Amino acid sequence: MLTQEEINAIDHEVKLLPHKKAAVIEALKIVQKERGWVSDASISEVAEYLDMSPAEVDSVATFYNLIFRKQVGRHVILLCDSISCYVMKYQEIYVALQQKLQIQFGETTTDQRFTLLPNACLGCCDHAPALMIDDDLYTDVTIEQLDELLKKYS
Amino acid sequence: MERPLTQHIDLRRPAFTLKEYEQAGGYAALKKAVKELTPKEVQQVVQDSNLKGRGGAGFNTGLKWSFVPMGDEARHPKYLIANADEMEPGTFKDRLLLEGNPHQLIEGMIIAAYAIQADISYIFLRWAYKKAAHLIRKALAEAYEAGYLGENILGSGWGLQMHLHTGVGRYMCGEETALLNALEGKRATPRSKPPFPQVSGLFGKPTVVNNVETFCCIPHIVSNGAEWFKGLSKSEDGGTKIYGVSGKVKRPGAWELPMGITMRELLEEHAGGMANGYQLRGVLPGGASTDFLTTEHMDIKLDFKSVAAAGSRLGTGTMIVMDDATCPVGFVHNLQHFFAQESCGWCTPCREGLPWVEKILLSIEKGEGREEDLDILSLHTKMLGPGNTYCALATGAMEPLQSALKYFREDFERHIHEKSCPWNGHEHR
Ligand SMILES: Cc1cc2nc3c(=O)[nH]c(=O)nc-3n(C[C@H](O)[C@H](O)[C@H](O)COP(=O)(O)O)c2cc1C
Ligand code: SF4
Repeated sequence: MLTQEEINAIDHEVKLLPHKKAAVIEALKIVQKERGWVSDASISEVAEYLDMSPAEVDSVATFYNLIFRKQVGRHVILLCDSISCYVMKYQEIYVALQQKLQIQFGETTTDQRFTLLPNACLGCCDHAPALMIDDDLYTDVTIEQLDELLKKYS
Repeated sequence: MERPLTQHIDLRRPAFTLKEYEQAGGYAALKKAVKELTPKEVQQVVQDSNLKGRGGAGFNTGLKWSFVPMGDEARHPKYLIANADEMEPGTFKDRLLLEGNPHQLIEGMIIAAYAIQADISYIFLRWAYKKAAHLIRKALAEAYEAGYLGENILGSGWGLQMHLHTGVGRYMCGEETALLNALEGKRATPRSKPPFPQVSGLFGKPTVVNNVETFCCIPHIVSNGAEWFKGLSKSEDGGTKIYGVSGKVKRPGAWELPMGITMRELLEEHAGGMANGYQLRGVLPGGASTDFLTTEHMDIKLDFKSVAAAGSRLGTGTMIVMDDATCPVGFVHNLQHFFAQESCGWCTPCREGLPWVEKILLSIEKGEGREEDLDILSLHTKMLGPGNTYCALATGAMEPLQSALKYFREDFERHIHEKSCPWNGHEHR
């Protein structure tokens, strides 16, 4: 069941649009914000509320890489793997993260603390390599700095 | 040297509040436009200024607006959208404008909306730009409060709503018709043209989409005139340009410079030349989807026509430098991995072709390539070339590949003959 807060937030978006369905991406964002990810049950709830079929909602949800259709950890690390970071050796950061967290891209640590994902260009190419942890951006990242960085997220 | 777009940008201090922006002359252009000029006159001065779209394609902005139906017959609501999706790898210029001075963008958008008599506007911002989102929300609230947005703006009888929409990933959201689908809550696949968005865009209504940097030029053109704007440039394209350089140079960064400075000036004077111990092998002049230029092109002017004449595109004007310690095959593989991943899957050549290209490049990089692989790659540059795919993602993807096969062919061949990567150092995925 959608919570009252979720419904209020979705209604607010629907009001700005010519028809209900157009709010589906906003609705998925709202649900993900509350629940951390978008489960099959969440898809069905959003579908019912917006008069759509679950398949239609899922076709939108699975298109966008930052709508998580699998459970993620408490914190999501997005490591830029695009060209400027490639030239500045993001691969070394990736190897170090793999060793520290014992996970690869697409995986979550067993304690559910971190999920590690690759991300396309974060738009700070003059300060490559770059990564984001949740809403925080880190640039000119070095391997030496990683422990300090990860410590901030429990 | 004048730098109108970045004159008030200093990332070491907070971005201007509305009051500070007004004290520096902000929103005077909006007042001039709404009180002294008709919408058509605003369109005309922008067209005369020879401002070319900064999103990559370089189309004359005023001309683009002139296709919007005007007058009593026109269908409403009309929409105006700022494309702030900035996901072209190697591109970081709009971030500077968004974080540095959000009111400049908002003022430019309101003037543009007045010029096409739009009713509703959106800033389509990529998910990753958290700081920009925060600043834009604050700036929008201030602009509403001051009466620059809302009903009856400056007593004109014309009103405009403006909303911030933050995305949830995917490069394709930056393609202008796919962006419209994303805003409508659909998968970000492109639409066929015609009809062009100016006639039938968001929710089937007349719509204009422009890049952030394009909008940021508008207040200055309206304030100072078309001739002044043209005079800023060293080429026939009007204005200044935010150029950027990333890679192993001494001072990577972004700078507002006259349109049409040379590649040498940009790389040597502004970026400080190559970092110690590295040689330049090639550059992608305007983001990942532009053809390589090499050392022989150092003296070409960085404007739309001159870069095209040299066989590439100005694109976003933010260049990626490839140095001699970076493997060209690995470099191009990284690009094709991105494009294959970001293909929206709508049309077959792109959906099937890009993963194939990516796999071949990976096998060459690992030393498992065969002679005939180079022919297969060349074939793809034709099959995914202009006219064969639904949108420009695939054609853009082929640009660095076809030029790498031309300029760095020996490096591809060495991988195949030596059955290993001569650079070896790089991990590949
Ligand atoms: C795959 C793809 C991605 C694009 N991404 C962007 C983008 O992030 N920002 C942008 O302004 N233009 C982007 N464009 C170009 C837009 O389609 C469009 O031409 C531009 O927003 C028009 O604005 P302008 O006339 O001011 O340049 C992209 C194009 C393609 C094919
Ligand atoms: S070229 Fe690629 S991105 Fe564009 S419509 Fe076709 S599949 Fe989609």
